[in-house]
Amino acid sequence: MPKNYIARRIAKEFKDGMYVNLGIGIPTESANYIPEGTRVFLQTENGGLMFGPKPKRGESNPDIANAGAEPITMLPGGAVFDVATSFAMIRGGHIDMTVVGALEVDEAGNIASWKIPGKLLTGMGGAMDLLYGCKRVIVAMTHTDKHGNPKIRKKCTLPLTAAGVVDMIITDKAVFRVDKDGLYLEELAPGVTAAEIEQLTEGTILNIIEWEHIEIT
Amino acid sequence: MAVQITTAEAVKKIVDQSSVMIGGFLGAAVPLKMIDEIAAAGVKDLTVISIGAGYRGGGVDVGKLVVNHQIIKYVTSHVGTDPNLIKQIVGEEVELELSPMGTFVERVRAGGAGLGAVVTPVGMGTEVEAMAQKITVDGKPYLLFKPIRADVAVIKAYRADPLGNLQYQGMSNTNPIMATAADIVIAEVDEIVEIGEIACEQIGTPGIFVDYIVKGHSYEARKVIYEEMWIATNKL
Repeated sequence: MPKNYIARRIAKEFKDGMYVNLGIGIPTESANYIPEGTRVFLQTENGGLMFGPKPKRGESNPDIANAGAEPITMLPGGAVFDVATSFAMIRGGHIDMTVVGALEVDEAGNIASWKIPGKLLTGMGGAMDLLYGCKRVIVAMTHTDKHGNPKIRKKCTLPLTAAGVVDMIITDKAVFRVDKDGLYLEELAPGVTAAEIEQLTEGTILNIIEWEHIEIT
Repeated sequence: MAVQITTAEAVKKIVDQSSVMIGGFLGAAVPLKMIDEIAAAGVKDLTVISIGAGYRGGGVDVGKLVVNHQIIKYVTSHVGTDPNLIKQIVGEEVELELSPMGTFVERVRAGGAGLGAVVTPVGMGTEVEAMAQKITVDGKPYLLFKPIRADVAVIKAYRADPLGNLQYQGMSNTNPIMATAADIVIAEVDEIVEIGEIACEQIGTPGIFVDYIVKGHSYEARKVIYEEMWIATNKL
């Protein structure tokens, strides 16, 4: 598996002129791989549009930070604003794409990412607004959990963050399109077979039969 | 018109059982000095309203009031960064009221702007439905949330003039919204300048919303505080 495969694969979804909000972790990493010549405007929900890399020591601004309160820089032409304006962008349908992590996704495009009853309590933060309002939702995650259990389910078992919103799933093993009728396998990661994906995916893959007849290189 | 007072005088506006809004975002652009004063004053059973808990690891921002056990109820959208707070919520020492971040912000805005409710589609099909009232507008389902107000809002801006006009720099995040939504509004600033020095188009919060101005750390001192925090957590 090539290093940072998921982040590199996410980056292929960036199109010139897009306004994008990236979740923490791997989605944020994908900004390092934005293709040359593609201009992407990154939004951060605490109130910034067109931010850049982290500053050098001694050059940070205590009030210029990302949604994790970590230091960032603003690019020339970038804007800062309050959180009501920020969520008008997000909820109001002005952001073209969001990429987020998840605990589970299912074949109906439902996503669970904010709570494990009795185990994980964080609050939903801005995730529900982003998933509702962004025009395109990509989930980026490992294909299975640390015990090897499928994270792409028939039906999510954990509390939902949003219902029926996911458009694409990018994992370390495959890429799926989530359509109205269910999951379509679009790509396999290097060295992965369709049979392996079927075994590691609980949700029904509608085009898996076609894949059985395709030689994967 | 605003009155300039010391942080020690300002903290007396907050008493046991007060509801207190605290501006900022996970530790960034928060009123550092006033939070220290509230922690030192030891007032308890506070209802604290802020968009999220403090910087990762806890002990910063509202995290200072958490380690002091001063909070009885926390109204927010996110607590994941503060393990101490999560422990107090799980142990039922602190009551938690959650709403999605965009909804939280609009609830505060509604509280300040005299509106009766926030009506939003965000959270439909999730557990959030149980936290609100369902209503239908033009055939479409929405969730209705009540506005949020506080006894006191403690916010952070860059500069103030004696009329209480505030200028922000960087992300103003929740500060200008919270400035509208409390009975008493205390603005902590890096610098207090003469009337006219902040040009009218630079005023982020007009003085009409501000009751008290307090002098916080200078910009340079804040820069040192944040750089130390970021370096210690490998973020700079």
